[in-house]
Amino acid sequence: MKEIAAFIAGLQFSLGLILSGMTNPENVIGFLDITGNWNPALAFVLMSAVVVTGIGYRLVWKRSQPMYEATFSVPTNRVLDKRLIIGSGIFGIGWGLVGLCPGPALASVFTENGVKALIFIAAMVGGVLLQRNLTTLIERRPALKVPVNNS
Amino acid sequence: MNNELIMNAIYGGALIGLSAVFLMLTLGRIAGISGITSGLLSLNLKRQDLWRGTFLIGLLIGPLVYLAIGGQTPEVVIDKGFVYMIAGGLLVGFGASLGSGCTSGHGVCGIARISPRSLVATGVFLTTAIITVLLSR
Repeated sequence: MKEIAAFIAGLQFSLGLILSGMTNPENVIGFLDITGNWNPALAFVLMSAVVVTGIGYRLVWKRSQPMYEATFSVPTNRVLDKRLIIGSGIFGIGWGLVGLCPGPALASVFTENGVKALIFIAAMVGGVLLQRNLTTLIERRPALKVPVNNS
Repeated sequence: MNNELIMNAIYGGALIGLSAVFLMLTLGRIAGISGITSGLLSLNLKRQDLWRGTFLIGLLIGPLVYLAIGGQTPEVVIDKGFVYMIAGGLLVGFGASLGSGCTSGHGVCGIARISPRSLVATGVFLTTAIITVLLSR
């Protein structure tokens, strides 16, 4: 059941992106380009999605648990750290360069511009793996100075 | 921008919201695309990660379902070349991974939860994206 539910959610998400025009980078760039012929569509999409999600989440959280899992997996971290700010800043630069982010890129594979979407996705995967390896490298350094062994 | 485009934006946004609510109701999970899909980038995938794969399949086949129902493929205009695709993809992947989320996880689900981290993340990536578009004109 879990897998079917996730499939339905993925398909719904994809159709929402398509219907709202967000799979088309032209509309995203048109929104970000505030000095040009501004296209407010993305603002309506975001507002509508946030309102529905906000109301829906609060109704769902009245339950003691999700339908097919024992617990809700909701982030509890509230710390505004450097990783969050630098990461989001870098993400925005990539988003602005092309007008694609992960959802719309994946929902564009089976369209006329699928080849470009696939190249973007391959680079995206490369970016994720690069980030993980860099972070592991950086976090490994101070660990060398800790001689305590608890095993 | 005409009324039809605005209505489509509102209906489409609502559908994205319904998807997020459905995933929370059934699996108790945040509908963050970068988080869900990057969970598949692992060498030892477990049975409990299978839902990530089926979510991804749903996301991928959306245009085909749209074609079957509506009789047309979604319009996707990408005027940028391959170098932009590679640079943009690298930055988006790296940034979403470091910042723990993208437009869906922070921008939709996080703001709906009124999460301080997501409010800040969304403000930051909207700002750098707007500046990038201004500079690349």
